[in-house]
Amino acid sequence: MNPGKKRRTIKTTAQKIYIGLIFLFLYAPILTLIMLSFNASRTRAKWDGFSLKWYAALFDNREIMQALWNTLLIAFVSSLAAVIIGTAACIAVNRMGRKKRAVIMGITNIPMLDADIVTGISLMLLFISFGFKFGLGTILLSHITFCIPYVMLCVMPRIRQVDASVYEAAMDLGASPLLAFFKVVFPDILPGVLSGYLMAFTMSLDDFIITHFTKGAGVDTLSTKIYTEVKKGIKPEMYALSTIIFVTVLLLLLLVNRTPKQRTPRSAGQP
Amino acid sequence: MKKILSMLSVACVSASLTFSLAGCGGSASGENGEVIVYNWGEYLDPETLEIFEEETGIKVIYDEFETNEIMYPKVEAGAAEYDVICPSDYMIQKLIDNDLLAELNFDNIPNAKTNIGSQYWEQSKEFDPENKYSVPYCWGTVGILYNKTMVDEPVDSWSILWNEKYADNILMQDSVRDAFMVGLKLNGYSMNSTDAAELETAKNSLIEQKPLVQAYVVDQVRDKMIGNEAAIGVIYSGEAIYTRRENPDLEYVIPKEGTNVWIDSWVITKNAPNKENAEKFINFMCRPEIALMNFEFITYSTPNDAAREMIEEDDIRNSPIAFPDLSQYSNLETFRYLGGDADQLYNDLWKEVKSK
Amino acid sequence: MKDNHQLKTNKLTGQLLSAPYLLWAVIFILVPLGMVFYYGLTDKTGAFTVDNVVAIMSAEHAKALWLSIGLSLVSTLICFLLAYPLAMILANMNVNQHSFVVLIFILPMWMNFLLRTLAWQTLLEKTGVINNILQFFHLPALNIINTPAAIILGMVYNFLPFMVLPIYNSLVKIDPNVVNAARDLGANGIQTFFKIIFPLTIPGVISGITMVFVPALTTFVISKLLGGSKILLIGNVIEEEFTQAGNWHLGSGLSIVLMIFIIFNMIISAIFDKNGEGSML
Repeated sequence: MNPGKKRRTIKTTAQKIYIGLIFLFLYAPILTLIMLSFNASRTRAKWDGFSLKWYAALFDNREIMQALWNTLLIAFVSSLAAVIIGTAACIAVNRMGRKKRAVIMGITNIPMLDADIVTGISLMLLFISFGFKFGLGTILLSHITFCIPYVMLCVMPRIRQVDASVYEAAMDLGASPLLAFFKVVFPDILPGVLSGYLMAFTMSLDDFIITHFTKGAGVDTLSTKIYTEVKKGIKPEMYALSTIIFVTVLLLLLLVNRTPKQRTPRSAGQP
Repeated sequence: MKKILSMLSVACVSASLTFSLAGCGGSASGENGEVIVYNWGEYLDPETLEIFEEETGIKVIYDEFETNEIMYPKVEAGAAEYDVICPSDYMIQKLIDNDLLAELNFDNIPNAKTNIGSQYWEQSKEFDPENKYSVPYCWGTVGILYNKTMVDEPVDSWSILWNEKYADNILMQDSVRDAFMVGLKLNGYSMNSTDAAELETAKNSLIEQKPLVQAYVVDQVRDKMIGNEAAIGVIYSGEAIYTRRENPDLEYVIPKEGTNVWIDSWVITKNAPNKENAEKFINFMCRPEIALMNFEFITYSTPNDAAREMIEEDDIRNSPIAFPDLSQYSNLETFRYLGGDADQLYNDLWKEVKSK
Repeated sequence: MKDNHQLKTNKLTGQLLSAPYLLWAVIFILVPLGMVFYYGLTDKTGAFTVDNVVAIMSAEHAKALWLSIGLSLVSTLICFLLAYPLAMILANMNVNQHSFVVLIFILPMWMNFLLRTLAWQTLLEKTGVINNILQFFHLPALNIINTPAAIILGMVYNFLPFMVLPIYNSLVKIDPNVVNAARDLGANGIQTFFKIIFPLTIPGVISGITMVFVPALTTFVISKLLGGSKILLIGNVIEEEFTQAGNWHLGSGLSIVLMIFIIFNMIISAIFDKNGEGSML
């Protein structure tokens, strides 16, 4: 083995160890939670042997299933609404002048860069002052609000790459603006829209703080349910549920990665 | 990228739809309307709610709070309308003072007077002088839970929490009134003190104690003591029964300086949209077999004498932890609402303790 | 004539498309912020006062703020030091794995944030998993639970993906020809890195710093769960004013102070990242 090759091997080994350690760090808590879901004991402080009983109990637990349903419903609806509003806004903003665009993007970035706690509190104050009834509706409004910036973040670069003349050409050839949009522009920005949707969905799913301040009686998402339980000791059913969600997403990911890869041309970079 | 994303989105959508089908049965209101209940976290057996719904056709909308202080602004703001709440003694007084509660019609709650023991009605007069607004649901004491294998000396005083031997092995309560109760009692003051000098002394005691404290927690004392994470913890008596069942090395004592005897009671809000259903709900909760189910689930002492009679295990029915003979202890008190200014003072002092 | 007409319709559709969002932004972003300012600058009687903002100077609040700034700076620095080499390694790997890399970092978010943080409690506790392993190998115990170190760990853990992704994105966007050109002109590895690669990734780095620093500065959950409620951060103070002490005016006043830091951050990222190049995806 020549020294150069040897050095390279050492380098790649070191790189692999480094990545391994980071991944251990990222996934250790998740492994812990998965372990806890199989713990026969009710308290996380003791290991009483392997058991699947929490998985069985999970589906009988009305409250957790209701919270799960709320969480998915909120994530689904709010990310969908955010995608529609956000994409429309991106198209419009892209046509605006420089200054106007800067102002609007500045406002857009507020919920993303602002502390969750300030966003949550400001929305709570709004809802109280204007007499909104706290409930599913207020959570939805809040989630749409903080999801839109993530959508715009993903869609904006794509929109900018779209050649405006193609759209105009389609119109010149007699397409209505709407048709021109869906035939010409939309396919180009679709990846951005989808990643925006996924991002918004994930953020909504994972949010605790904003929901904490804007939720009403009897409406719990998994996050707020867990927060209430933190004080009392988490119910093991919750670990079981998280494990199921996590494993489902993981399997999906592996499945997609196993199928033969299509050659995606490297994104063209900045225009 | 595109492919994965579309796959995942499809998964998200289909998951949402599946659950939308599964969940829609749950969101409709019952045939006889609904009742909105706001209770402490894990403070009743969920099965009792199902029985109630089946029997009455009233849908229960159930929400939980972590502390009285979190509950109060929500009820005051009226943004979230609740029918039945289960606050503690001093908070009930505050709710009454601020005209946020409705008088109960006891004709609709016959189980209350028959099943709840007279001493609990007597004790309730501390915060509800005419027994007009509240029906006792749970009661108990606050004491010290310690691990016999880790603590050598006999434990009978709050001062053990200031013993440097147990540095980093002490769990304190993370709420203003409970923490100050310990600080005030240690110094021989009333836990309802509004005297600035007394509170200052208590605050200094708590600051002095802070380096020894492992963590300020609420109900996590339970898991941490079971897991041998700490030697001594301040705990509610209801939790003590459960923890001792899980870890026999644990022992519960009521300190000689006295402590807090608390009652959590059902009340109905002034603007309750479903007052009749709310009364039905309270009446149902006072039924002996339901009270027993709840006692067995949450292990907090029940004031329901009829339910207590039905407990099968002798050692639980006559447990000195669950049903202590209060006449044997001195300096027992119940929290009172001390007014806005005193609240402010307590909060400011507590912030000083926490930021040290 | 035709051009003029088209311009008009363009303008009209533009307005139609932006209207829902603009309305939304005004009602749910600007008005609520206005509410925070209103509450923060008035007292219980509704009279104007700056007391709630000036309250940040009081010993307890100032201490909490400085502590928050200190801990979040340290966390941001650690995140950066961990993330940059990681992003470089990932960027040098197969390009086709791009989406996989992104998803690997987003994947943990599907396990609830509170549960993930709570899991660290189980790992770090005195009788926790890590200490059991250490004990098995007769190594000294790790006692960082309920200390600032545990809070930093929690912050780094939760926000590391927000640092890795933008840096990774700006790295993969670098044209390999630029790097090759530098090499051809005789630059060595270190020179290439500092003269070419690093400057090109600055937007990503700045965006990463913003994405880590702000949530770290304002968190109240991490300090509560991993700090044993013994360490009061500014987020905890604000949260408790709202949920426990019930003094919304003070809570809002302190939020205004936080906002100043956040705006400062936004300005910095706007200066360095004009084209939104440091995006996460």
